[in-house]
Amino acid sequence: MSNRLIAASTAAITLSLLFGSSALAATELQWWHAMTGANNEVVDQLAKEFNESQSEYKVVPVFKGTYPETLNAGIAAYRSKQPPAIIQVFDAGSGVMMGAEGAIVPAADVLQKGGYTFDKSQYLAGIVAYYSKPDGTMLSFPYNSSSPILYYNKDAFTKAGLDAENPPKTWPEVFEAAKKIKASDASKCGLTSTWLTWIQTENFAAWNNIAYGTNENGLGSTDVKLEFNAPLFVEHFQAIADLAKDGTFRYGGRTSEAKQLFMSGECAILTESSGGLGDIVKSGVNYGIGQLPYYEGHGPQNTIPGGASLWVFGGKSDEEYKGVAQFFNFLSQTQIQARLHQVSGYLPVTNAAYEETKKSGFYEKNPARETPILQMIGKAPTENSKGVRLVNLPQVRDIMNEEFEAMLAGSQDAKTALDKAVERGNAAIAEAIGN
Amino acid sequence: MHTVAFPNKILPYLLVAPQIILTVVFFFWPASQAIYQSTLREDPFGLKSGFVGLANFSAVLADPNYLSSLQVTVIFSILTALVSMGVALLLATAADRVVRGQTLYRTLLIWPYAVAPAVAGMLWLFMFNPAMGTLAYLLRRNGFGWDPLLNGDQAMALIVVAAAWKQISYNFLFFVAGLQAIPRSLIEAASIDGARGARRFWTIVFPLLAPTTFFLLVVNTVYAFFDTFGIIHAVTGGGPAKATETLVYKVYNDGFVNLNLGSSAAQSVILMIIVIALTAFQFRFVEKRVHYG
Repeated sequence: MSNRLIAASTAAITLSLLFGSSALAATELQWWHAMTGANNEVVDQLAKEFNESQSEYKVVPVFKGTYPETLNAGIAAYRSKQPPAIIQVFDAGSGVMMGAEGAIVPAADVLQKGGYTFDKSQYLAGIVAYYSKPDGTMLSFPYNSSSPILYYNKDAFTKAGLDAENPPKTWPEVFEAAKKIKASDASKCGLTSTWLTWIQTENFAAWNNIAYGTNENGLGSTDVKLEFNAPLFVEHFQAIADLAKDGTFRYGGRTSEAKQLFMSGECAILTESSGGLGDIVKSGVNYGIGQLPYYEGHGPQNTIPGGASLWVFGGKSDEEYKGVAQFFNFLSQTQIQARLHQVSGYLPVTNAAYEETKKSGFYEKNPARETPILQMIGKAPTENSKGVRLVNLPQVRDIMNEEFEAMLAGSQDAKTALDKAVERGNAAIAEAIGN
Repeated sequence: MHTVAFPNKILPYLLVAPQIILTVVFFFWPASQAIYQSTLREDPFGLKSGFVGLANFSAVLADPNYLSSLQVTVIFSILTALVSMGVALLLATAADRVVRGQTLYRTLLIWPYAVAPAVAGMLWLFMFNPAMGTLAYLLRRNGFGWDPLLNGDQAMALIVVAAAWKQISYNFLFFVAGLQAIPRSLIEAASIDGARGARRFWTIVFPLLAPTTFFLLVVNTVYAFFDTFGIIHAVTGGGPAKATETLVYKVYNDGFVNLNLGSSAAQSVILMIIVIALTAFQFRFVEKRVHYG
């Protein structure tokens, strides 16, 4: 028996010598993500470059479906005690991950374990604030960040007699422009928006510097009372509901479906993530880009990051954490970040990458690409504009969507819809933190 | 009376073992897990959990959303079963009369059954999505306010049509077989007595099809309850404003989107009870009245 064991281990050693010791010694790090298409290629490319840059660790990217599906896969894997080392979690899932103290290791701690110091000042302030605990500990590593902007159809603007080079800046101006476009038949619908939750409530609150909920919108503590039924929200949503009655505003769906309405030329103005730029460029629409609209006397403050960040699960070996730290360090290199920003359309995460892109003259050629960054870093975030973090934000978003749908269908007014969403949302939060 | 028995005492157990193992692994084990989970209150990661008895059940049953979801499910199931069986019966009686090319028609009509639910959903979505659907565009251009994204009744109509369309093939096959089993002599006798087409159908053909119809009713109800998740997920996602959220979809939504595992488990246990009761009721009371020819 022991002879056989010796024989087997001899064989193993011989094999390892034959194939090079590095291949066998490399610690495998699974990276679960939700990126499709061009963004998936970026993920694979980054992993490949990292694996080639050193021989101790091997990052293996695994596609796990949509954002919520990836999060659920990660949770299920944690429950069965086989979580990946790194998981990409979307903005709304941040609160879910943060609520799971013990299941995750803060990104700052991971970097420290790998012998790196995490220097906050190198990162864009808005992003750092969003992914940090109240005491300032960085919880997750920002990977792809985006911010909502205004897209408009220049041809429709010209046809309606509007200034095609100067998009409307405030919401009342946007509504007026939308009415003119509809009335002049320049296009069948004036205005649409993707993500009514992320853009018209979460970012709306930050951009206009009003509270979405108590306790710094949940960044201060998990115990949050929602406040998005304040007068400005009611005014805004009532205006949208009124426009929806005659089709001046068209609803596209809960996530990014409304982008189709803009690309097909049916709607002339769209608020959408900066990450949606690629598809709009491809569609061939003669588009222009403007800042996210605001209300006079309230905004513009700063927008909050959307997109996703990388979280590290607990219960892994020190060796694995060192590998993850090395990978994060690799990702934050200036040339990698600058390339990521220019290729994918997501925001650069470090100041250095932003400066480098600026210097390269990229924004002079593509001025619109700087708009989402300027929106996010233009002003230091206030307690209303660091972000929104709820332990069950995906659920609260669903509740809002249901009430908005009933409102847009004409069965309730904006005040009722928002009051009901706040009441149901508060009950859901109380239930979730009562666990 | 002589009972047939295996001479070997172990062999029969071995023969039924695969079936028993399958049932235990794929039904009893997950079902018991669901029952266990339904008595717990737990965070998504399973870091903290506590026994709460039947609190999840009472919370679910007191939730007005759950009751409205039950209503949605009943309406959806009845409509889907009626539409798919009605159309299938119509096609089957028509196919029964065709003399030439009968096999070709039948083969063509069977195809949709091979389509996966999610794919069937996407197919209908592509035609009727208000943002990109061709038929949706035609409807809107002709002044019909087609908007299933906001209009709950239209959304319901869309998933009923998609779900029924997929099931028509299956029903069609059984109805064709049922029609062929009816003796020609009966129909001829009725014709001689002067009964016209419609009368012959309702007094002779339809009653003789009752066993088939009953069987299909059970199959279609179960189908509408459980196998339509893919369609709903692809077409409406339960919206707008929960107008198409069936009980099964709610289990998924509460468990996997809202991460409320206790409530989700309680709902699946209730669903299990509903289905057991429904099947028992149908076989016990309805089947007695059906005439098996």
